[in-house]
Amino acid sequence: MGIFQKLFQSKEQKLKAQKYRLGMEKTRKSMSSLKEVLTNSKKIDEALFDKLEEIFIMADIGIDTVVLFIDALRKEVSHLKIEKPIDLENIIVDKMFDLYLKGDIIDTNIRFNDSGLTLILFVGVNGTGKTTSIGKMAYKLKQEGKTVMLAAGDTFRAGAINQLKIWGDRVGCSVITKAEGSDPSSVIYDAIHEAKKQNIDVLLCDTAGRLQNKVNLMKELDKINRTIKRELPNTIYESYLVIDATTGQNGLNQAKVFKEATDISGIVLTKLDGTAKGGIVLAIRNELNIPISFVGLGEKITDLDYFDIENYIYGLFADFFE
Amino acid sequence: MAFENLTSRMQMAFRRITGKAKLTENDIEEMMKEVRLSLLEADVNYKVVKEFTSEVKAIALGEKIMKGLDPGQQVVKVVNDELVKLMGTEAVLVRFNETRPTVIMMVGLQGAGKTTTAGKLGYYLRKNHAKKPLLIAADIYRPAAIDQLITVGNQLEIPVFSLGIDVNPREIVKEGLKKANAEGFDLVIIDTAGRLHINETLMDELIDIKKIVKPDEILLTVDAMTGQDAVNVSMAFNEALEITGCILTKLDGDTRGGAALSIRKMTGIPIKFAGTGEKLTEIELFHPERMASRILGMGDVLTLIEKAQEEIDEDEAMSMMEKMMSGHFNFNDLLKQMKMIKRMGAFSGILKFLPGMSQLQNIDKVDDKQLVYVEAIIHSMTPEERKNPELISRSSSRRNRVAKGSGRSTTEVNRLIGMLDKQRDMMKRFQGMNPASIEKMGQNPTGQPSSVNKGKGKGKGGFRI
Ligand SMILES: Nc1nc2c(ncn2[C@@H]2O[C@H](COP(=O)(O)OP(=O)(O)OP(=O)(O)O)[C@@H](O)[C@H]2O)c(=O)[nH]1
Ligand SMILES: [Mg+2]
Repeated sequence: MGIFQKLFQSKEQKLKAQKYRLGMEKTRKSMSSLKEVLTNSKKIDEALFDKLEEIFIMADIGIDTVVLFIDALRKEVSHLKIEKPIDLENIIVDKMFDLYLKGDIIDTNIRFNDSGLTLILFVGVNGTGKTTSIGKMAYKLKQEGKTVMLAAGDTFRAGAINQLKIWGDRVGCSVITKAEGSDPSSVIYDAIHEAKKQNIDVLLCDTAGRLQNKVNLMKELDKINRTIKRELPNTIYESYLVIDATTGQNGLNQAKVFKEATDISGIVLTKLDGTAKGGIVLAIRNELNIPISFVGLGEKITDLDYFDIENYIYGLFADFFE
Repeated sequence: MAFENLTSRMQMAFRRITGKAKLTENDIEEMMKEVRLSLLEADVNYKVVKEFTSEVKAIALGEKIMKGLDPGQQVVKVVNDELVKLMGTEAVLVRFNETRPTVIMMVGLQGAGKTTTAGKLGYYLRKNHAKKPLLIAADIYRPAAIDQLITVGNQLEIPVFSLGIDVNPREIVKEGLKKANAEGFDLVIIDTAGRLHINETLMDELIDIKKIVKPDEILLTVDAMTGQDAVNVSMAFNEALEITGCILTKLDGDTRGGAALSIRKMTGIPIKFAGTGEKLTEIELFHPERMASRILGMGDVLTLIEKAQEEIDEDEAMSMMEKMMSGHFNFNDLLKQMKMIKRMGAFSGILKFLPGMSQLQNIDKVDDKQLVYVEAIIHSMTPEERKNPELISRSSSRRNRVAKGSGRSTTEVNRLIGMLDKQRDMMKRFQGMNPASIEKMGQNPTGQPSSVNKGKGKGKGGFRI
């Protein structure tokens, strides 16, 4: 029995996975379904591999990764002497898992600092959903019984501070702010001290959106990190890179450059409630070893979930399993 | 560069075919594979790439290879030409309404940059078209979206109309329009909330707003980093609203921006503006041609090809070459040659395309001032002297006369004569080469004709005075 049959035996699991269902009928018509492709192909040939390639590329999986993937698939087919297209089903899924897991056990849980303050930094290019994800995560952590504080480290974009304040109100946690235009490091410095004073469990730090090719803005991140390391010595903290699922190949660049500037420990993949599949994160994991930690599935306060590779792959090929 | 560009990809493919006189269908096929990968890397939609490459293949097959380009470059040229054609010519700006305030509706996904762009657009149209803009804050959903627009408005000194977040956007735009009419604003820009194209409730809201305000323009704001989904998004927005134009944001990033091509090809919507920075003044008209080469990721090669086309009259170059070979190279020819090279400016790479010119690597070091001096000296010669350099080199009185007439020293005149001699001398080396091998030198930039001695740099710097 293939891993997927196993996976989706239980109804709840399938329902939960439905949340990951990407795309609606209306827009899906433009997209070839994997199932259709496999059942309609008479034999495994170049035309079929082309079709598969199309499906992966349409999901924004990195081009190099797709090429590698198809190659591996080819080898497997000749190695196992597979002839019926439909038999590719399990192989594709298994290979997708391999691609993501790479034989590791990935623990994407937040690494809490049991003896004191846990800090989480959110970074990313403009408009990906950093501030919103912070709001949602604050809610989630509070639900889990933690005390939470927010730091308005985006002192640049108009309205950013108020945006975070509103999220603070919604969640019911305090937000440390300074005037617009202040040094973001100093906001985070203040917040760390305030959080320590109030014995807060988790401090979530917002930062301004920045394009990864802006050298000065990337240096600013460096300064923020130095501040954190100075104020919280010998403490591990998470740096999440927030990536919008509609992002194409540039996502890989984003991950590369942000990883150099700040030690990215995981990705928050947002806007998966749209029709984009965010496949670039597979390339990011494959090439840069950065795992996905959370997914954003909407604009509501509850729309943040731990990343689950099984559900994600299910969503990637939703059509496949109907 | 973080991404591999088409140039390097194509160069790999070229390596296999350089030296060939003609392209086979197979060669084109090979190169199309590279073009295809490059476009996919740039986020051009899979289907668009497929159609595009098959169209280009057909065109490339029937195309004659231009003199001065190698077959690979010829293919790049065809690809680029088609891409430019597809991207369209410079788009019409904004249709202004003559009888009432012009109304522009900004729509798009979350985080695309609508609010910032609404402000930028107000700034741009006020500055360049003397408009008096009013911004309407119709995003009641995203926390602090109205604050953001008000701050933007304050920074630009553009008034913002808002009714807070407890009023329906339909009502807000109605009231906003009233205000615009009453207070003499002639441009209204509506900032709507970001929404998913598959959210029917919110798409219906936009359809209603459209009915109410009867906009002159509905501009879809698209993040330049968008991947394959750009097609779904733009088609859905277009179906619901009949989009009149597109604004591509965050082009100051390092994305190749293939989404622009996807949108253009699948919907035909013109891209009108480009956002190029976080400052509120950083907006420009969209340039389709620049976008085409950005998507291809090969600006340098394209410039070279363009230059080769524009600046070098192939026949002119050939006849110059023949002159040089015949040993009748004179001062007129020297001047012409220097001007020709000068015209190409800093594109020293272009010399490779000139038959035989790859021998003269440093030719482009001639600076403008020197050219003026050379010109002055040559113009002080009699027509006879220009045609017949021996007259000058044999007579010191002629040299003195020319020096005086041109206001240059006799040393300089002597140096110029020496330079011409060197040129003629070097050209003699080419003699005995057959025309076919000369032809080959033009098409095969790196290959050195075996019958020619490299000159050990003797020819180099021959033009320096
Ligand atoms: N549909 C959907 N929208 C989201 C999601 N996450 C964020 N958004 C929306 O995306 C838009 C931008 O989100 P922000 O949180 O402001 O993004 P940001 O990264 O903080 O933006 P800047 O600070 O301007 O760089 C907002 O309209 C959010 O509501 C998601 O998971 N799904
Ligand atoms: Mg933000």
